Amino acid sequence: MTPFLAQTGSWISFDVHGLAQQFWNNTVDGLALGGIYALVALGYTLVYGVLKLINFAHSEVFVVGAFATWLTFYALGFRSGTTPVLSVAEIILFLAVACLAAMAASGGTAVLLERVAYRPLRKRNAPRLVFLITAIGASFAIQQGLRLVFGLNQQPQIRLLQPETLFRVFGASVTNIHVILFVAAILLWFVADYFVNRTRLGRGIRAVAQDPDTATLMGVNKERVIVITFLVGGLLAGAAALFYMMRIPQGAIYNGGFLLGIKAFTAAVLGGIGNLRGALLGGFVLGLVENYGQSLFGGEWKDIVAFVVLIVVLMFRPTGILGESLGKARV
Amino acid sequence: MTTQTVSAPRAGRRSIRERWNNLSRPVQWAILVPLVVLIYFLPVLNPPLIATTGTDFPNAMFDVARYALVAIGLNVVVGQAGLLDLGYVGFFAVGAYVAALFTSPNSSLHHLPYLWTLPLAMVITMIFGIVLGTPTLRLRGDYLAIVTLGFGEIIRLVADNVGPLRGQSGFQGVGTSAAGVPFFANATQWYWLTITIIIAVLLLVGNLERSRVGRAWVSIREDEDVAEIMGVPVFKFKIWAFVIGAAIGGLSGALYAGKLGFVNNQSFDVITSMLFLAAVVLGGAGNKVGVLLGAIVVAYLPLRFVQLADYNYLIFGIALIILMIFRPQGLLGARQRLLARGRQAYHRLLGRGEQISGDSALAADTQGGRR
Repeated sequence: MTPFLAQTGSWISFDVHGLAQQFWNNTVDGLALGGIYALVALGYTLVYGVLKLINFAHSEVFVVGAFATWLTFYALGFRSGTTPVLSVAEIILFLAVACLAAMAASGGTAVLLERVAYRPLRKRNAPRLVFLITAIGASFAIQQGLRLVFGLNQQPQIRLLQPETLFRVFGASVTNIHVILFVAAILLWFVADYFVNRTRLGRGIRAVAQDPDTATLMGVNKERVIVITFLVGGLLAGAAALFYMMRIPQGAIYNGGFLLGIKAFTAAVLGGIGNLRGALLGGFVLGLVENYGQSLFGGEWKDIVAFVVLIVVLMFRPTGILGESLGKARV
Repeated sequence: MTTQTVSAPRAGRRSIRERWNNLSRPVQWAILVPLVVLIYFLPVLNPPLIATTGTDFPNAMFDVARYALVAIGLNVVVGQAGLLDLGYVGFFAVGAYVAALFTSPNSSLHHLPYLWTLPLAMVITMIFGIVLGTPTLRLRGDYLAIVTLGFGEIIRLVADNVGPLRGQSGFQGVGTSAAGVPFFANATQWYWLTITIIIAVLLLVGNLERSRVGRAWVSIREDEDVAEIMGVPVFKFKIWAFVIGAAIGGLSGALYAGKLGFVNNQSFDVITSMLFLAAVVLGGAGNKVGVLLGAIVVAYLPLRFVQLADYNYLIFGIALIILMIFRPQGLLGARQRLLARGRQAYHRLLGRGEQISGDSALAADTQGGRR
């Protein structure tokens, strides 16, 4: 085996110095990235909490949001290449419009998905594995549908605002986009948490998550709760898509959701799937770990680090870091 | 726990499977042997309606056979033991890379004759199966699914990034002898080799399923906790299923690498893993004939209708949804033959079907996804 290894030296190199040097940059960027993971992860977690279903097509729900964002920017008259000079009020207005469009597109897709792919199966009492296969089928169909409409290549990038350094933390520059991403993720998470834990509809969701039969007896409309769950997950994915497109403007591509979907699901499992707090924590942990790993091992190992962390966490905490489910969450 | 009644087969209309089981052994052979001969000669006959127009027919047939072998292997894991494995392509990749590393002139490892790499690929994937299975098989259901998905991706990403595995540039001349002569001249011969291996594997796996191991698998699939309480060493038999599934996956990967003559990191993505799983579930997890049928559907249809290439996967995705809605149990449902006697007893004693546990991943569940 020696000549085999001697060819390239060692397989993996460690760059501890790079990690130390990039630490605060990675932290800032990891938190911003983690916010996106967390928002998409909330969609997985909600659906899993209620239906015990890995909604594999959720990544495509996210991609639909990304395309809706791009189309909105395009329709508003922005083109790739130039970043327009806009006042703060204008930027907020345009972002709000794009956000609404993306949320509507994603939410609509999620609800449609539930109608077309999952509801008929529920009516037929299909085994759980079948839901997974249907989700895969739906994921294929949406992905290929987008490919037929938008083509193989990614859409040209459109930026509404250029990243600018606002302030520095321990030498790491924090850009306006970092701040928006982080604040928006926390804010939307609070809204989702408030919705699930404080409102009437949220109580219905928790009731169905805990025990569908008893919840039905108590007058909860199960089918409606399920639709709402999908809708909320879709809306959050749409918002996440907008923020993702602000960070990575070339993000609208037909198969772009796949890796992000896996990462978001990983984040959900990491925190404890079916647990809203877990999704937030898992998203941030994953974003940070991934960025640290990228510095330590080199960019090409970024994705591996995410999966290895997932496996290690699950080995020691088989139900994720926080590990409580939606149904059993404290009121 | 929810239970569901399996509908009783009526006296007049017996299922094909029952009819088949009631035939005597010589009659079964009389049907099977010509069928197998026909399958062997398909690429030579090139039947007009079945033959593919866009791709070379023997090549297409090899692809179908390769999927069939993978489906048999994955069926042991998913169908028999009920372990949801989304990263099966990882084992397939390991097998392919073993064949590549030991036969390609691009590799500096000792050169082996191609046929030796087949058992070697099986042994090495078995080791991988143990290494991956030992820490993870304590997890259940969806957590196991996501961890296996992670492992599949890790193996692919390692192939992407580790220098000696040559990433995208890959290995040329896989399966050639030291002198550079390909192992087989044409696709038909590769097809014959694969079919022969499939028959051998079917016999071996069939024997395993009818043994104590197979009964342990079914008990784990139906209800893990009860199996444990009844004294089945659950963890041991889960590893068994994982390792045997891995070996068959590795074997298939080595065949694929040899036939193609080229291995790089491109053909081992999660989509492929999903297609493998789709073949198993589409055909009917737990039913060997079913998964063969599923593999044929998944591998053959896109090759047959290449004129629809642009819409291929769109149609495939929609077809998956529709098929699953109308036949949730797969094309051929899975019922164990070894449970048949118990079913007869149920019918005689109660006059209705048996009750199966709703907790099993494969059992129908009145609440859809509910545990």
